[in-house]
Amino acid sequence: MIVKTRHYAIFFSIIIALVLQIMPLPIQVDMYRPDWVLIVLAYWAMALPHRVNVGIAFLCGIALDILLGTALGIHSLALSVSVYVLAANYQRLRNYSVWQQAIIIGLLSALYHLVVFWLQHLLTDVYFQFAYLWPVLTSMVLWPWIFWILRKARRQLRVT
Amino acid sequence: MDTIFTRGPSLNNRLALAVALSVLLIFVDHKLDGFKSTRVYLNSFMSPLQYLANLPSVLLSESAERLTSQQHLIEENKRLTNQVVKMSERLQRFEILESENAQLRQLLDAPVRPQVRRMVGELMAVDNNPFSQQVVINKGAIDGVYMSQSVLDDRGIVGQVMEVGTTNSRVLLISDLTHAIPVRSVRNNIRFIAAGSGSLDELFLEHVPHSVDVREGDLLMSSGLGKVFPEGYPVARVTEVVRDESRPFARVKARPLARLNRLRYMLLLWPHENESKSENTTAPVSDTAQEDSP
Repeated sequence: MIVKTRHYAIFFSIIIALVLQIMPLPIQVDMYRPDWVLIVLAYWAMALPHRVNVGIAFLCGIALDILLGTALGIHSLALSVSVYVLAANYQRLRNYSVWQQAIIIGLLSALYHLVVFWLQHLLTDVYFQFAYLWPVLTSMVLWPWIFWILRKARRQLRVT
Repeated sequence: MDTIFTRGPSLNNRLALAVALSVLLIFVDHKLDGFKSTRVYLNSFMSPLQYLANLPSVLLSESAERLTSQQHLIEENKRLTNQVVKMSERLQRFEILESENAQLRQLLDAPVRPQVRRMVGELMAVDNNPFSQQVVINKGAIDGVYMSQSVLDDRGIVGQVMEVGTTNSRVLLISDLTHAIPVRSVRNNIRFIAAGSGSLDELFLEHVPHSVDVREGDLLMSSGLGKVFPEGYPVARVTEVVRDESRPFARVKARPLARLNRLRYMLLLWPHENESKSENTTAPVSDTAQEDSP
């Protein structure tokens, strides 16, 4: 219980991810915006699955729903499901190389976007466009860097 | 530390709980509209993050303002002076027309249209959610913004306020899939409903029979029916009419006049204020926030 004070690192990284997720960007770049919150949650769920799992993902999803103005529950459901997949298989995923993990993250990001789309489709009749899946690629590209930064932060601050 | 006893419920149970809660939240929020009043507090609670996210663009535009050259400022000044002269000339004509119109309306015993209070709001954030088109502006309940208030830019109607926070509020654009606005063709006064298409530069006119006289280039004004938008503001221009007889209705597309993809300053209107209080130009009391919901 000595390490309890270090948890602000997790909290802080999630806050930064939320801010990056809602930061206004020019409309040409906007559709390539990676899923910051999902990536950061994915790292923590893989590294510390007993600290960050479905509960935190649910809360982050609620925050995203409020910030993005979607019906409450849409992003929380999508994030909970995606993070569940990670937290349930963390032992296997940890042994993968960073590039293999990036592919897994891409698949998860696709799952996340499809769940969000599907829920939105149930509520309002939106049409599917392939542009919605651009974040899958950018998230994959971003994963190694986030992994590296967060691992460094976790080791230096000894977050457990 | 990481013993089996301190772990709480298992992962599967947690997922089941989260999914159940989410579904419940979606149902209550979307179908029953149960978070209407709570959303104000939730938005206010989250608004520091919004301000934080907005900080880089604010800093960027501020530094850009400081670094503009004298040449640029002189040019802009010239352009704006030019515009002011043109505008004031039009305003002079408009004032004469307005008084004339008021006299004529008095002769007809029709109510004279009052001046409406307005306020300029600035864009704070654009939602990156591809499924809905909303923007956040920097005016909220403190400034008297109320639910379903009309928002305009310098070209035409932008949308309506859908959520009010303390210091900011969320505007649903007219191009959103869930939005529709009653309009009237200027050329022949035919009424339509212009529904959003989900893409920023397109509206659909719904349920238009094949026989209706609508052409490319027709200007569509808000008709004021439905009591949400005030009458007589430009909304869109018809871009395409497809009369396919095998379909029940003609397919009519229109392009919004407001520049929805480059919004910066927007105008908020208080059209219903004068009806209740005659000459009150001060900020309205907070009860207007509830009284105008549709």
